[in-house]
Amino acid sequence: MADQAEIYTADHVLEYPYLRSVGPVVGAFLTGLRDGKVLGTKGTGGRVIVPPTEYDPETGEETAGMVEVGPEGTVTTWTWVARPRPKHPLPEPFAWVLVRFDGADTSFLHVLKASGPEAVASGMRVRPEFRTEGERVGHVKDISHFVAAGGAP
Amino acid sequence: MSEREPVTMMAAPIHLDYVFTAGVAQSKNLHGLEEGKFIGQRCPKCKKVYTLSRGSCPTDGVPTDEIVELPNTGTVTTYCVVNVPFAGQSIEIPYICAQILLDGANLSFMGLIQEMPTDEVRMGMRVEAVWVEPDELGPTMASVKYFRPNGEPDADYETYKEYL
Repeated sequence: MADQAEIYTADHVLEYPYLRSVGPVVGAFLTGLRDGKVLGTKGTGGRVIVPPTEYDPETGEETAGMVEVGPEGTVTTWTWVARPRPKHPLPEPFAWVLVRFDGADTSFLHVLKASGPEAVASGMRVRPEFRTEGERVGHVKDISHFVAAGGAP
Repeated sequence: MSEREPVTMMAAPIHLDYVFTAGVAQSKNLHGLEEGKFIGQRCPKCKKVYTLSRGSCPTDGVPTDEIVELPNTGTVTTYCVVNVPFAGQSIEIPYICAQILLDGANLSFMGLIQEMPTDEVRMGMRVEAVWVEPDELGPTMASVKYFRPNGEPDADYETYKEYL
């Protein structure tokens, strides 16, 4: 018997294959993404909420109806990810951005492809790059990422 | 607008990748299994021998530094005959799942019993471990294929009543 046993390690994967029901509002939003559109809801006083909610997060009132926004928008704030982790949406360095779509009054979290942090700024104009129609399933990743509007990153 | 049905469900899998580190005590146990041996660890205070020890005595809270090699034989203290199929089942039902107290140990562990009719299993039955082939031994409980009756007379209830 070994006096000092080697310390063993092993990979251990824990996985839950959840399928969740999304409800009428998020369902409409995801249906929109699948069809290549970005939809918001109308909250209190006509405020447009994207991503949409069933209730206005400020007043608690029920939202009323879907409205198409974008597709372009403005970066309100961002952070640069210099060393992406394995589960990040892009393998190369990228920016997390909050995007206020044209016509929206709230911001939407997504990913911006850019050459570097110097190419990203609050106030910059961006547009979503949708996956191809055949690839879209009704998920926030139906938008692959954002790019600077009017030009390649 | 859409030709297709509206989206009502979303796949939201949770996938967590862990690296499990067995630590010193469990690594000693696993190393024993790799060599086809059961390893126990004795508490210096109460002298109890723990199988599959985590490295300390749960009663006295002291390290169980003394390594004890345990034999291949033990006693069924209690058991369950599994008749119900469930997802991920790898053994043909019905089968016997038993708590086995190795000779010289003061803690039982769960083991599979084979090579006998399931309706003949009983408390106190004497069993022995059947290991996988030597070239298949590894640092895992899967090195123990199962336990089987070893033909000895049943153990007296008094010898294992503290371990139920």
